[in-house]
Amino acid sequence: MAHFMTLPEAVAQNLKAGDTVAFEGFTHLIPHASAHEAIRQGIKDLTLVRMTPDVVYDQLIGMGAVRKLIFSYAGNPGVGLLRRLRDSVENGWPNRIEIEEHSHAAMANAYEAGAAGLPFATFRGYKGAELARVNPNIKSVTCPFTGEELAAVPAIRPDVTFIHAQKADRKGNVLIEGIVGVQKEAVLAAKRSVVTVEEIVDDLDTHPNACVLPGWTVTAISLVPGGAHPSYAHGYYPRDNASYIAWDKIAADRDRFLAWMKDNVLDATPEDFADRIKHLRSAA
Amino acid sequence: MSEPDFTSDEMMTIAASRALKNSDVCFVGIGAPSAACNVARLTHAPDVTLIYESGTIGTAPQVLPLSIGDGELCDTAVTTVSVPEMFRYWLQGGRVTVGFLGAAQIDRFGNINTTVIGDYDTPKTRLPGGGGAPEIASSCGEIFITLKQSKRAMVDKIDFFTSFGHGEGGDHRQRLGISTKGPTLMVTDLAVWKPDPVTREFTVVSLHPGVTREMVQDNCGWTVRFAEDLAQTSRPSGVELTTLRDLNARTKAAHSGGKTGEAA
Repeated sequence: MAHFMTLPEAVAQNLKAGDTVAFEGFTHLIPHASAHEAIRQGIKDLTLVRMTPDVVYDQLIGMGAVRKLIFSYAGNPGVGLLRRLRDSVENGWPNRIEIEEHSHAAMANAYEAGAAGLPFATFRGYKGAELARVNPNIKSVTCPFTGEELAAVPAIRPDVTFIHAQKADRKGNVLIEGIVGVQKEAVLAAKRSVVTVEEIVDDLDTHPNACVLPGWTVTAISLVPGGAHPSYAHGYYPRDNASYIAWDKIAADRDRFLAWMKDNVLDATPEDFADRIKHLRSAA
Repeated sequence: MSEPDFTSDEMMTIAASRALKNSDVCFVGIGAPSAACNVARLTHAPDVTLIYESGTIGTAPQVLPLSIGDGELCDTAVTTVSVPEMFRYWLQGGRVTVGFLGAAQIDRFGNINTTVIGDYDTPKTRLPGGGGAPEIASSCGEIFITLKQSKRAMVDKIDFFTSFGHGEGGDHRQRLGISTKGPTLMVTDLAVWKPDPVTREFTVVSLHPGVTREMVQDNCGWTVRFAEDLAQTSRPSGVELTTLRDLNARTKAAHSGGKTGEAA
């Protein structure tokens, strides 16, 4: 059953050093506030999972919190490459992270397999693709009915998944709207889950087929308005594209990066996110 | 009236947009393909179905998205599905006729690298990776590619096979059990290319206005083959140019202001 608590409590109780953790969000509802709290608490040696690691994974990697990254596309979409990730992989700063790289189809299927309690996922993929050469977790199976050879990858089963959602009701049922990505699968695949929400309401006021995670599938819920910023929360505030563009220069230099992290993460609190979206709300 | 002036980038986007049919269901890559696909939708192909891998099906954005998941795409879509559903039912299920991709590095057979420059384990440049491309390349009916020409991008040998085009050429796709057509068109800022029917090597079939064979060769890392009946690409029409420039202006205004660009 979902327990309501502050974000620092939710992170401290659910994320441990050495965990495999997904801060999921496919270009929407990315749980920035949760990842910042993990950085503030100094939790290290993490295996990070995410289909589309972007700015917030660049921050976790640059702060030395990460041992390994499992992913399928690592970039600042429409802007460029992740400079902290590059510095880690190319130069070993602050540490050289281990990489396990897949395609989107593989990751999406692997999360679904995790949610479905299966040991692996199978799909028609990786044909002629070289990732199969460099990633020993990409294998193949033969269909017992047709003889077709299909790709196989292990299910993703995070120790804990963090997501951001629009709202929860007072029983802890969580509503996700808009581009729902792979968050439902990522929560159901994980042993524990933490959800930050824009608001807590009496009634989710939704329709029968909405994407709702029942409260008993969620471990902890924290109220963090703006907690996705600079990502967005559909119906609440738009994507802060200017911040994504600005990140490219901040991340280009180690000292500038560290100074930005001190000002905006280490010396900040979850409550600061509400201020960061004020100008976006009025613009929307 | 003199003919309208245009840049080579505009020519590339417009020539690429012409390849899409009104009946196509197109999986749209970010960047140059996204502009081309939306120009097609706003000109000759109003009913084209544009799909972005964030799950938005039948989207009609007023401004180009910066990411493949801007809210604009969801707001204007016929429906938005989860990412597993997108890749399982819609892409793997064989419902997409065209995959429209960009490329960091490409070879003459349309094999694409967006993973690393240099060795995989000790890369000179770590690129974003494949994302949806490996399965887009094998599951869509055919693949269109658009990119700016340079010797750095168009190379004799790519550093990593992120997504499979025609491999070593000929029937390499069939030998791997891939039943889709693979790359059938490449549009650059200088020319339109199509694969040779037998060898599958990309061959220049049409030069953009003002472009010479030498210019194409000087900006390509392999020895370029030209079709015997080499054509010239039609100039952008006034409508095509206006549509593209308006789209770019709306996009620039929206992204610099931090808005998603909903109509007022």
